[in-house]
Amino acid sequence: MSVGKNKKFILSWMIGGAQGSGVDSSANLFAYSIAAAGYNIFGKREYYSNIKGEHSYFNVVASDRPVRSVIDTVHILASFDAETVFRHAWEVEPNGGIIYDSALENERLRNIPTIEERLKEDLAQALKAENVGETLRDVLTVAKRRGVRLYPIPYMDLIKKTGELLGEQQITVLMRMVNTMAVAASFSILGADINKLHRGLSYAFRAKKAVVEMNFTACKVVYDYMRQNFSDDFPLKAPNRHLEDEMIMVNGTSIVGIAKIVAGCRFQTYYPITPAADESVYLEDKQVFNLNAVKDGDEYEYPHLAENKQLSEKGHILVFQSEDELAAIDMAIGASLAGVRSSTSTSGPGFSLMAEGLGWAGMNEVPVVITIYQRGGPSTGLPTRHEQGDLLFTVFAGHGEFPRIVMASGDMTEAFYDTIKAFNYAEKFQVPVIHLLDKSLANSTQTIPIPPVDEVLLDRGLLINEHLDGKTYKRFQFTDNGISPRAPIGTRGGIFWNTGDEHDELGHISEDPVIRTRMMDKRMSRLQLIDETIPSDEKVAVYGDTNAKDWIVSWGSTKGPILDALELLEEEGINSIGFLQLKILYPFPSKLCTEILGGAKRIIDLEQNYSGQMGRLMVMEAGISPTNHILKYNGRPFTSTEVLDAVKEVLSRNTKRIVTNRGG
Amino acid sequence: MTVTQKLSMAHFRTPLFNDWCPGCGDFGILSSIQMALAELQIEPYKVAVFSGIGCSSKTPHYINTYGIHTVHGRPLPFALAAKLANPDLTVLAVGGDGDGLGIGVGHFVNAGRRNINITYILYDNGVYGLTKGQASPTLKRGLKTKALPRPNLNDAVNPIALAIVSGYTFVARGYAYDTRHLKELIKLGIQHNGTSFIQVLQPCPTYNDLHTKEWYAGEDRLDPQTNKPLPRLYKLEESGYDGEVKIDSEEEVIEKSVQAIKKSYEWGDKIPIGVFFRNPFAPTYDMRVASIAPPYLKSAPAWQPIRTKSLKPVADVSNIFDELKIRP
Repeated sequence: MSVGKNKKFILSWMIGGAQGSGVDSSANLFAYSIAAAGYNIFGKREYYSNIKGEHSYFNVVASDRPVRSVIDTVHILASFDAETVFRHAWEVEPNGGIIYDSALENERLRNIPTIEERLKEDLAQALKAENVGETLRDVLTVAKRRGVRLYPIPYMDLIKKTGELLGEQQITVLMRMVNTMAVAASFSILGADINKLHRGLSYAFRAKKAVVEMNFTACKVVYDYMRQNFSDDFPLKAPNRHLEDEMIMVNGTSIVGIAKIVAGCRFQTYYPITPAADESVYLEDKQVFNLNAVKDGDEYEYPHLAENKQLSEKGHILVFQSEDELAAIDMAIGASLAGVRSSTSTSGPGFSLMAEGLGWAGMNEVPVVITIYQRGGPSTGLPTRHEQGDLLFTVFAGHGEFPRIVMASGDMTEAFYDTIKAFNYAEKFQVPVIHLLDKSLANSTQTIPIPPVDEVLLDRGLLINEHLDGKTYKRFQFTDNGISPRAPIGTRGGIFWNTGDEHDELGHISEDPVIRTRMMDKRMSRLQLIDETIPSDEKVAVYGDTNAKDWIVSWGSTKGPILDALELLEEEGINSIGFLQLKILYPFPSKLCTEILGGAKRIIDLEQNYSGQMGRLMVMEAGISPTNHILKYNGRPFTSTEVLDAVKEVLSRNTKRIVTNRGG
Repeated sequence: MTVTQKLSMAHFRTPLFNDWCPGCGDFGILSSIQMALAELQIEPYKVAVFSGIGCSSKTPHYINTYGIHTVHGRPLPFALAAKLANPDLTVLAVGGDGDGLGIGVGHFVNAGRRNINITYILYDNGVYGLTKGQASPTLKRGLKTKALPRPNLNDAVNPIALAIVSGYTFVARGYAYDTRHLKELIKLGIQHNGTSFIQVLQPCPTYNDLHTKEWYAGEDRLDPQTNKPLPRLYKLEESGYDGEVKIDSEEEVIEKSVQAIKKSYEWGDKIPIGVFFRNPFAPTYDMRVASIAPPYLKSAPAWQPIRTKSLKPVADVSNIFDELKIRP
């Protein structure tokens, strides 16, 4: 276990259970409470495409330093069903602990319907190899042989006891507290401050004070039970710490939603899809928001379309659930034409439908932001699992040729600022912007410092903010840099036409070969302009040794496990690796890559897909070939230790293609 | 209010060469739209006309208002969003029967669920003209128009009935060559506060050799007394039919809906045009939004400031961050 003096404190805690039984809420309770005790947290949520019954689990890593990924092993496995222990007992470190319901010890592996046959066979083989039977007790025996501590808890007895204390007899009401009890048992083992659980409960249940107190009583009952029945010798302890920054606990969908409000997005469309819908639902909840009082010398910039209106003192974002993703993107475009910053959020299958609208936006130079939370493909694929499989699709989606920006965020804080940048880029360059996120970012939970917004500026490019009473307005006027002033619909003197057909400067259909060539040049030259205009630090980020011979190149949420793995490598004395994170994927930052990777002997393309899509794009656009690949496409995000092991293998044996497969 | 400049049809024309076939019904619909807008004295810059793909979807290019020629089957999503973004706009959607009832029928049905205040005009000639005359969703089974090698195997959609069951609150039918009548229907549609649907029967002189101008005029059947053609079209308002929902009750809405659907099946010798159904009581979408988010009515998306003059965001999310804050 990582508890050395200068070593980073890492506690890996896991809870599992049937979907719908409160796994998420217990994980959030634990995460918030341990964060309240002064720890940074990163939590990974794994679940089936199912509402109730299938196994889901949540792995929370707490650390004294920023933490951005999970590790392969678990220090405390908290459970209240048998399946969780059957599945995950094997991941618990020696000296780690398993909290389980003592009433379940006789449960049999074969009787659990939700464990896949393949896994059942594997587990049966593993148990057979240990010369034990196939009950939960046998799994625990094997764990104990490895030195794992067992914490059997008679949940039912403790629930009854809590009920007596509360004067509540209804078992169904009380049973809901079993989740809280598993968390409380974990806190007790860690010697953590019980009062932090009160914080966590207040966060989880908000205004429901009575529920908070009921659950806190249950926590106290568990604490007493643990003290009376187990020795206080767990090697990892989590005393209260002081954390410098003011932290918030977020997941990818909520932080992107908040960023959209800051960015001035006032029209968001979506069709329900996992894992993207959470963002829109969050925005629906936050659709009415406050407006800042302006500072001295500054004032609001009112749209000319609002002239003579008494506006509300609150802001509002219209969130629209459309009939499909064809409509979702078209509606976002329609709102954009009316001068509104607009976006749509989806995942791969939804984006497939959006390809036609995307092309129309490209043809008509409409700023629109498409937020994509990638998941396992192709087709329905792995709806609730992680993958970075849509990079090439987003770069090339749509028939014909038109400019677009494809960008990807590496973590929650980046996702916040990138969301705002996406809207700025879209309006500045009058192109659709595809912001790539993924299931891992969407559903992970992390504590981050509150992102400051003081420095945020909203760049609306050549948006016209006045009525035009003069000469003929030409929406697609030829200009030096290819970008034409953009009037919103409703501008007096600003009448224009749009069409998916090739068109003239006014926007009327034209099949004239000279106009065609000039219009193609006008639109497509945008790619070069974008590449020349966006600053380097917004295109890429470089970490580690900038003079390294060995480079990892990656994009998106692999950033977390890579940075955590680099720290682990450094602890092992290996600090001569560079990490190039690509943030703008298209137009591809070829020049920068050539500069940064100029001295590289080994370029390790690390990403979560089968074919090394970013590496292929790099070959195509920059002529730089990765020498090695570390890939993963089993639907589970990389862990830091998995990256560590794979990188070490490349360094020592120069393995050309490593496909990893960890995670349950 | 004083009208500083009286708007005429000329204000709604563009100088473009119109490349529809001579005799196309589209011309009549185009003029009817222009006349309606002129008579309603709506400033051209406050109007946006959205279309899909096909001959009829070229309409916006011939009208001097904002004209958005979108994707095949999708004028409605674009149009609805523009209206939601800026309720000051008068928004029309136009398109063919293949556009609206074939590739776009999902949007057609779902638009009916929302009652957003736009007017949708469906040009119905039974064929896909621009791709050379294939059968459209409104061509009846067994019919063989000129370009079809075999009779049509599919049953036809009933656009009026589909609009009613989808929830459109103004449902009417016009005829492309009766521009005075059609213009009035379009005016009623624009003035109706809710989603209006107007099906326009229209000959395609090039590909539909069955439902021709002469056929609608009844030139194939002469009155034995007068030896004059017996027109197939008749006006609902002249027949004593009343499609208006008079009181705000579910029973009344159902009764008027059923009446309209029944009427919509009349075809052949007697084809009704006019207003089939109108329900002025259904809540419009903006009121529905306002019921959960009151600022919407005063601050529609296009009216809101999003930044200050020094480019700072105006949204204050500190209370949202507050909810997420870790409290030690």
